[in-house]
Amino acid sequence: MIEFHLDERSGLSPYLQLVRQVRQAMRLGLLREGDQLPTVKDVVARLAINPNTVLKAYRELEHEGLVAARPGVGTFVSATLTDGSLAAHGPLRQELRRWLAKARRAGLDEESIEALFLTTFRTSAGEEIA
Amino acid sequence: MTAVLQARGLGKRYGRHWALSDCTLDIPAGHVVGLVGPNGAGKTTLLNLASGHLTPTTGEITVLGGRPGTDPNQLRKVGFVAQDTPTYAGFTVAEHLRLGARLNPGWDDATARDRIARLGLDPGQRAGTLSGGQRAQLALTIGIAKRPELLILDEPVAALDPLARREFMQGLLEAAVEHELSVVLSSHLVSDLERACDYLVVLVDSRVQVAGEVEELLATHHRLAGPRRDPDQLPRDQRVVSASHTDRQSTFIVRTDSAIHDPVWTVSQLSLEDLVLTYLDSSTRVAPRPVLEVQR
Amino acid sequence: MIWLTWRQFRIPAITLFALVVAFAVLLAMTGPGIAAEYADGIAACAQQGTDCGPFVNNFLNDYQTASLGVSAVALVMPALIGLFWGAPLVSRELEVGTHRLVWNQSITRTRWLVVKMTITGLAAVVVGAVGAVAVTWWASTIDNVPDNEFNRLASWVFDGRGVVPIGYSAFAFALGVTVGMLLRRALPAMAVTLAVFVVVQFAMPLLVRPYLLPPTDATVEITESTVDTFGHNMQNGRSTVLVEGQAPEEGAWLLSARTVDSSGNPVEAITLPESSTACTPGQSATPEPGAGMKTCLAELTRLGYRHELTYHPASRFWPFQWIETGIYLALSLALAGFCFWWLRHRLA
Repeated sequence: MIEFHLDERSGLSPYLQLVRQVRQAMRLGLLREGDQLPTVKDVVARLAINPNTVLKAYRELEHEGLVAARPGVGTFVSATLTDGSLAAHGPLRQELRRWLAKARRAGLDEESIEALFLTTFRTSAGEEIA
Repeated sequence: MTAVLQARGLGKRYGRHWALSDCTLDIPAGHVVGLVGPNGAGKTTLLNLASGHLTPTTGEITVLGGRPGTDPNQLRKVGFVAQDTPTYAGFTVAEHLRLGARLNPGWDDATARDRIARLGLDPGQRAGTLSGGQRAQLALTIGIAKRPELLILDEPVAALDPLARREFMQGLLEAAVEHELSVVLSSHLVSDLERACDYLVVLVDSRVQVAGEVEELLATHHRLAGPRRDPDQLPRDQRVVSASHTDRQSTFIVRTDSAIHDPVWTVSQLSLEDLVLTYLDSSTRVAPRPVLEVQR
Repeated sequence: MIWLTWRQFRIPAITLFALVVAFAVLLAMTGPGIAAEYADGIAACAQQGTDCGPFVNNFLNDYQTASLGVSAVALVMPALIGLFWGAPLVSRELEVGTHRLVWNQSITRTRWLVVKMTITGLAAVVVGAVGAVAVTWWASTIDNVPDNEFNRLASWVFDGRGVVPIGYSAFAFALGVTVGMLLRRALPAMAVTLAVFVVVQFAMPLLVRPYLLPPTDATVEITESTVDTFGHNMQNGRSTVLVEGQAPEEGAWLLSARTVDSSGNPVEAITLPESSTACTPGQSATPEPGAGMKTCLAELTRLGYRHELTYHPASRFWPFQWIETGIYLALSLALAGFCFWWLRHRLA
């Protein structure tokens, strides 16, 4: 079971935040196939948000084929997002750390590192789509 | 789905002062409806009309298909938690539940007791010695355990500290899910309602400025910034809500169902708070062009 | 709703009921003693064949104050009911806003007020009745003493006897509720209720009660037995006499007593003709005390002076009781009706 949280300043609507948190948890292996998502009532009671927001998020996840609702029981994870990629996380993180150390040695501060990473990430993402 | 609240030309006058005028609303069931507006805008008047505490001067109002507050059956269907959540100071918590049980045929005693236990309230404690938050929770418990179809709350969290606010809203929304309640609650702060509501009614100067599903409102309102222009030059399907100008620049908030193609504008989305503030700010508000209302 | 009414009402109810019961017990304990004392005294003087007057005078001296005190309590009780049961009944709810809690339960406002007013109103009537019965019973000895100037038709006494206290209690209660509903605040409502009730209670015996039944008129001769007070004055050698009549029967309520001359015109003081010396002191050298007055009164009668009296006979005590109780109950119902109208049309 995971616990949702909302970030007021993220600029994302609460419903999208919920969807992302489920996907994230599935990617990180925190949610596996067959796991139950918190009930709508639990989420509402915890976050004090509109029930329809939660329903909408769950419907979206269902539509994406990630979860399945069992009437009267709850909503369960019905897919897996980790595939084999979870295994690759370790080595990739190692490489990223080395790159960060290199960047610092080159005299970049936190903000510059972040900017460099984001612009590169976006350009390459854009190229892939194109 | 039937409407939980329908109003046609509803108005309420006190002496010469109109507390609410020409209010036309059609709120569908199954929503948590936020009624926002500054103090004195007519929120309490509208809610009191809906609960039958007041009778309209003009127009008509139906709640869940019936005239508010007229017969026990109607009273049974509508719960109302009044402003400042009044309770009998000399009554204990348990006596309040007993009051609820005695006066409501549909009383759900298990729910009431369960809520009181979960809130950690001592049933033997007098309501007069409860904190504001606890008193509000007690009033909410009575409202929920009555098992209405619609629960109306007038500024329920205005007097509460942030933690008590949070806990109150959690309890309210949980009950809304559990008992499939429609909820109408008012506040003068958008932030109180932002997460909780999926339907919004903005009331200013005794008039309804805008009403609709939050998602739809957010999707159809846009902020346009660009070179100075007269609002009349905008396409007719863009209803200008507010306009402000500098020598060279104009900023419009428009409501439209269609996409905005004109490349001169920098288009951005509004947060719910900005949207509401736009309607509250009379200095920039543009009166609706009547002809445009027809197309919606 | 009955439970709720009782829950809200129990403290003032118990307090006032306790007071009334304590008062009734006090009366029950002292009543028989007073009755026995009077009976023994009368029996003793009758046995000795002496005049009972001195005993009766002493008896009245001893108990008149107590009797008036008891009557005062009987008068205050309805006021307390109006003050502590009537005035706060609705005003307190409106003041602290609890009406908004109770009106949102599955019970109509009309029913809410019906139950509240019926239960509390009935309690008010019961308290009034208990008080009235206790006081009437306790005071029956003193009330029936002949020559008691505070007879049963006297304002203070009448108000605390028979059935009128029931009407007063109901009225005070309804008045309190009405004022509370109009003012919406408990304390001012209590003050106004008290003020209005006091005014009504003063106005009733002074301005209304005398006219509830047509009074009896009587013209009687001026004799020793019909004169209540007698005054005499000498001016320029002429006698001026002032006589005031008294009620022609025991326990009657005298409304007015005038002296009229032979042609029926009312006169303030009687100025005797110079020729008449019947009333000049020292003229009739009779040794018998009071003989001078006797001669004087006879002279007045000879000159054609008469008492003209307007009064209600003592037998009207119960007719007055019933009529007045009826009026107060009707007023109470009218006020209650107004409360319901106000609740539906003005509090909405």
